[in-house]
Amino acid sequence: MHFAFEEEQLRFRDSVRGVLERVCPPSAVRAVWEDAPAHLASRWTALADLGVLGLLVPEHAGGLGLDELALVLPLEETGWAALPEAIVETAAVAAPLLAGLADRAFADPWLGAIAAGDAVVTVGCEPNPWVSHADNAALVLLAQGGEIHAVPRADATITRLPHLDGAQRFFHVTCTPSAQSRVATGAEAATLLAAAADRGALATAAQLVGTAQRLIEEAVRYAKQREQFGRAIGSFQAIKHMLANAQVRTEFARPVVYRAAFALARGLPTRSRDVSHAKIVAAEAAALAARTALQVHGAIGYTWEVDLHVWMKRAWALEAAWGTSSWHRARVAAAVLDDPD
Amino acid sequence: MDLTFTPEQDAFRAEARAWLAAHVPKTPPPSMDTAEGFAAHRAWEKTLHDGGYAMVSWPVEYGGRGANLIEWLIFEEEYWGAGAPGRVNQNGIFLLGPTLMEFGTPEQKSRYLPRMARSEDVWAQGWSEPNAGSDMAAIRTTARADGDDYVLNGQKTWCSRAAFADWIFCLVRTDAKSERHKGLSFVLVPLTTPGVRVRPIPQLDGETGFAEVFFDDARVPRANRVGEEHQGWKIAMATAGFERGLMLRSPARFQATARRLRALWRKRGKDADPALRDAVVRAWMDAEAYSLSTYATASRLLAGGSIGAEASLNKIFWSEMDVKMHETALALLGPDAGLLAPAAPPEAAGWLDGFLFSLAGPIYAGTNEIQRNVIAERVLGLPRD
Repeated sequence: MHFAFEEEQLRFRDSVRGVLERVCPPSAVRAVWEDAPAHLASRWTALADLGVLGLLVPEHAGGLGLDELALVLPLEETGWAALPEAIVETAAVAAPLLAGLADRAFADPWLGAIAAGDAVVTVGCEPNPWVSHADNAALVLLAQGGEIHAVPRADATITRLPHLDGAQRFFHVTCTPSAQSRVATGAEAATLLAAAADRGALATAAQLVGTAQRLIEEAVRYAKQREQFGRAIGSFQAIKHMLANAQVRTEFARPVVYRAAFALARGLPTRSRDVSHAKIVAAEAAALAARTALQVHGAIGYTWEVDLHVWMKRAWALEAAWGTSSWHRARVAAAVLDDPD
Repeated sequence: MDLTFTPEQDAFRAEARAWLAAHVPKTPPPSMDTAEGFAAHRAWEKTLHDGGYAMVSWPVEYGGRGANLIEWLIFEEEYWGAGAPGRVNQNGIFLLGPTLMEFGTPEQKSRYLPRMARSEDVWAQGWSEPNAGSDMAAIRTTARADGDDYVLNGQKTWCSRAAFADWIFCLVRTDAKSERHKGLSFVLVPLTTPGVRVRPIPQLDGETGFAEVFFDDARVPRANRVGEEHQGWKIAMATAGFERGLMLRSPARFQATARRLRALWRKRGKDADPALRDAVVRAWMDAEAYSLSTYATASRLLAGGSIGAEASLNKIFWSEMDVKMHETALALLGPDAGLLAPAAPPEAAGWLDGFLFSLAGPIYAGTNEIQRNVIAERVLGLPRD
C-alpha cells in the first residue's frame, strides 16, 4: 500500500502545467469563446511533444504505453487551464479503445497519428448524448446497435449544438454504418464501450478537480486584492469559511479520483463503482467551487468580461459529460447496496 | 502508487482479525463515561496490551509493536470492523503519547509511555478554560515556579475523561506577566494531587464524559513539564496536529458506521424516503473518501513528509460526515429513533448515543470554525483578521 505518485509523475505534471500556462492562458480560452477555432494545432502539438497525447498509446504504435495513472495528473492540469481541445476523447478514450481492437492493421496507424498529434479522434457512445469536437476530428468512433463503427469525419453528418461552455464544441453526429466502418461487434464491442465510458468519466473527473482548484485560486486571488471597509475581503471570516469549505470538498475528491485511476489501470473489479464515485465527488467539488468563486467575486463575477465564467461554465459542462451525477449515483448505489460485505 | 496490500500486510490483518474475534467482548461494556464502564474499558485496554495490540504503531520498548502507519490503519479497520469498544485512553495513546515521543525526555518517555500503553494511567485533557475556548491563547491558569515544583492555580474545563482519569496534561501560564501564546508551558498533573479538585459535568447524553478541574495551590514537580519552559504553545499545537490530523478519528470507525447504516437501511429502508437511500450511499462514499485520504497522508508521512495545516481539512470532513451518517440512521428509525432501552428496537442500538456524540465532533479538538480559519489562512493564504 503506497498511495502517492512517483517523483517522475509529479515532475511530468509540473511540465504539463508549464506548457499549458504558455499555450493556454485564459486569453487563449477567451479567444475560443469569441469564435477562434477550438482546436489550435500549435497547442495540440505542444501536448503531443510532451507525450501527453500518446500516454495510453502502446509503444509499438509510437506511444508511451502507460496507463490511466500516468494520465490523471496531466488531465487535472488541462481542467485547471480550461483547455478547449478534445484531450479526453482522443487521449483518454479513443487511444485505448483503438489499442483494444483486434484489427491492429486498422488501429495502429491511427494510434501513431494520435501520439504524434496529427489526428483528433473523438468518440460517440453512452452515457454521452453528444460528440465533442467532431468538427476537428479525423475519425469518429461511434457506438451503434452494440457495434463500434470508425467513421472518417468526411463520411459523417455533423450538426453543431451551441452550448453554454463557449470553449467546447458539441455535435450531433449521424452516419450510415456499413461493414466497412464496423470495427468491433458483440462481446468485444461491449467490453470496449464499457471501458470507454469508465475512461471518459475518469478523465472528466480529473479535469473537474483541476477546474475546482482553479476556481478556488481565482477567488482567493480576488479576495486578497479586493478591499471593502478598508481591508481585503479575504480577511473576513464569511469569505474565509466559504473558501475553506470549497477546499475541503476539493481535497477529498482528489484521492477518490486517483484511486479510480488506479482501479482502471489495474482493471480491478470495482473500477466502474470507483470511477462513478470519483465523477460524483469531483463534480460536486467543482460545482461548490464555482458557486463560491462567484459569490466571493460578487457582481464583477457575474459579468461576461471577467474570466471567472470560463471555468464556471466548464465545471457545469463537465458535470454533464460522460454521465451525469445522477447516472453515476445509480451505479454507485447499485454496487454499494448490493455488496453482501 | 500501489493500493494493494503486501502479503505481510495481509498476514498482519489476518492475525489481528483472529485475535479480535477471540477477545472482543460479546456484549459491549457500559459507557466509558460511567464509573463501571470506565473500569470495564480500562480492563479491555489491559487485554489489548497483553495481546500486543494496545498501540500497534508504538516502539516495542514503550509497549507497542513497532508497526508503521499503514499497519496501524489496517489494525484500525479490523478493530472497528470487529465492533471493539472505544478507546478510553485516547487522550493518552493518540495525543500525549505522540507528543512525548517528539518532545519528551528519555526519562519522561520511559516513565509515562509504558504505563499509558497498559492504561495503568488514563489521561485527561486540560486545555480549555472558562474564558479560553476557541481562543486558547487566553489561558489564565498559572504555574508559579517554586524550587523544584510548580504551584498551579486556576481552572480548566471541558476536560474529557477527567471524571475518572488518573492524570491530566495541561497548558498553563508559567510566566505570569506573559500574554497570549508566549509564556505557556505543557505540564503533566496527577489528578490525585492535593489542591486539585475535579467536578464532573453531565453532558448532552446525561453522562460525565468531561469535567471541570480546579487548581488551588496544587504542587507538581517541574520535571513534569514537557519541552522547554514557556514553549508550551508549540507543543500544544503539535498535539493538536495529531488530534486533528491522523490519530483522533481513524477512517475505520466511519467505515464501520457506514456499513452499519447500510445494514439498517436493509432492515428499515424498503419503504423509506428515497432520499435516505441516497444518504446511505453518501455515507459509504464519504467514509471511503476519508479512508483514501488517510492512506495518502500516511504514505506521505512514511516517505518523510509532514502533516501541517491540512489536518484541519480532515477534522471538518470527518466531523460533518459523522453527524450526517447518524442523522440518516435516526431518520431511518423514524419514531423509534428517540426510544431508549428497553423500549428501543434492537436495530436502534447505539444510534441515538452515537448521534449525540457526533454533535460534539464539530466542537471539540478546535471548533470547525477555527479549522476553517486555519485552512483559509494557512492553506489558501488569505490574510489574517
